Amino acid sequence: MPNFLRYTRSKLQNWPDVLFRGVTRLSALFVLILLAAIIGSLVMGSLPAIKTFGFHFLVSSEWDPVADQFGALTPIIGTLVTASIALLIAVPISFGISLFLTELSPRWLRRPLGIAVELLAGIPSIIYGMWGLFVFAPLFADHVEPWINDHLGTLPMIGSFFSGPPMGIGILTASIILAIMVIPFIASVMRDVFEVVPALLKESAYGLGATTWEVVWNIVVPYTKVGVAGGIMLGLGRALGETMAVTFVIGNANSLSASLLMPGNSISSALANEFNEAVGEIYTSSLIELGLILFFITFVVLALARFMLYKLAKREGKAA
Amino acid sequence: MISENAITPKLIVRDLSFHYGNDRALNNINLVIPEKKVTAFIGPSGCGKSTLLRTFNRMYELYPKQKASGEILLDGEDILSKRQNLNALRAKVGMVFQKPTPFPMSIYDNITFGVKLYENLNQHDMNDRVEWALKKAALWNEVKDKLKHSGNSLSGGQQQRLCIARAIAIKPEVLLLDEPSSALDPISTAAIEELIDELKKEFTIVIVTHNMQQAARISDITAYMYLGELIEVGNTDTIFTNPKRKETEGYITGRFG
Repeated sequence: MPNFLRYTRSKLQNWPDVLFRGVTRLSALFVLILLAAIIGSLVMGSLPAIKTFGFHFLVSSEWDPVADQFGALTPIIGTLVTASIALLIAVPISFGISLFLTELSPRWLRRPLGIAVELLAGIPSIIYGMWGLFVFAPLFADHVEPWINDHLGTLPMIGSFFSGPPMGIGILTASIILAIMVIPFIASVMRDVFEVVPALLKESAYGLGATTWEVVWNIVVPYTKVGVAGGIMLGLGRALGETMAVTFVIGNANSLSASLLMPGNSISSALANEFNEAVGEIYTSSLIELGLILFFITFVVLALARFMLYKLAKREGKAA
Repeated sequence: MISENAITPKLIVRDLSFHYGNDRALNNINLVIPEKKVTAFIGPSGCGKSTLLRTFNRMYELYPKQKASGEILLDGEDILSKRQNLNALRAKVGMVFQKPTPFPMSIYDNITFGVKLYENLNQHDMNDRVEWALKKAALWNEVKDKLKHSGNSLSGGQQQRLCIARAIAIKPEVLLLDEPSSALDPISTAAIEELIDELKKEFTIVIVTHNMQQAARISDITAYMYLGELIEVGNTDTIFTNPKRKETEGYITGRFG
């Protein structure tokens, strides 16, 4: 009798299991299908441009809709430079914020500060863009850029990066706005991973007489490096793809200039600005190819990050 | 109460009270910890024995709202004084915890981490120091060929000995052990106990343990605590065979606690 019961039970219980497995598998498959569809349509859409310009598209900075001549160098460089500078600014600051929140802040300040960081992350990017254009850029032009011109612009070698008319909008402004936008993301991920470091581990280091800085740098950071790298990659992904805020402040000039104070362009803002008015197959197709390149850059960055972490883990695995 | 001939006091605790916020965890503790002996704190959970241990290196100061009052004299100097340099104190008073806590780095670096904070040794002297500490912790033979391997690659018992090696590498005078074998199997526990017996020749050892047999086996002095009070302290033999207080006897014989 008990055997019989078990049999019927298993029979009865089996079908929801099968159904459940099928549904979850379908959901997972959906992601792959979606990805393939997006890549497929991007490639299809950019075929005319690829056929016309070939590899030249990547190294030419010419962008002339009238003559139907397109090259992606300016927005590619704009995207890479703004994202890199943004990270250069955002990572140390996020590190400071999350360290303060987890290790140093008095208890009563922790929650309000943490919530503030999360609220910052929730502000729509268009608001950052408006603020950047109407508030930050004029202030930057009046007070910071002249100083940069006078002090950094006159330096040998790197001077040309920092000279140019103080217009307020340009690559550097876009980078700073981007940095402000990605700080909350990086900071909140870092805070979360710092919080999972076991108290005993930290106490062990403090117990040897280490200072807070020594504990953080030698124990907390190595212990959480995978999570920290993940947070930085999240920020980088956002910085690469961010559209509206950048469009407002980058200047949208399709010209390549060494100076960070000059207007430039990024892939996403070029797309946002020009899709509406794109006429003709080649123009549209060139913009789609830009999208494909952005997709590719993001993919490469994420893959590189994975690979780096994999190498790290492997090196430690070997040591283990 | 401690009537051993010619003991040198290493730590003298005077009127020590301790508060977690408004809750009092230790009440007026008076105690002498003799040099180069093993002193064990026993008592039921929550009796304050770990709290007492953590006042000796002021570990509690990492956390807000934890406060100690009274005096703890280490070689005659009050370590609870505001003038006491925390890092210098922790260089003198090392600590090992309930669970092994290898740092996320190689075995070698685990040992040198603390040493580098205080001493500027050249490569050769540093190697010697690492070997010395690992030998003292009875771990050298097991790890000498894999010093570059991660500390996490060791077994639990080895990790705990690594933590002991790490603590003694900076040549402290006092070694605090907070239930050092509670997370270990019996064989590793035996190894740690043997080690403690060896280490007391050079270090003053204070150990918190849940395991009364362990206290009986390895300690010279035993202190029984209950609800933040020090009930009785004396030679381990006396405490376990002929306790003066009823409460101590009750706990030791297992009728209570």
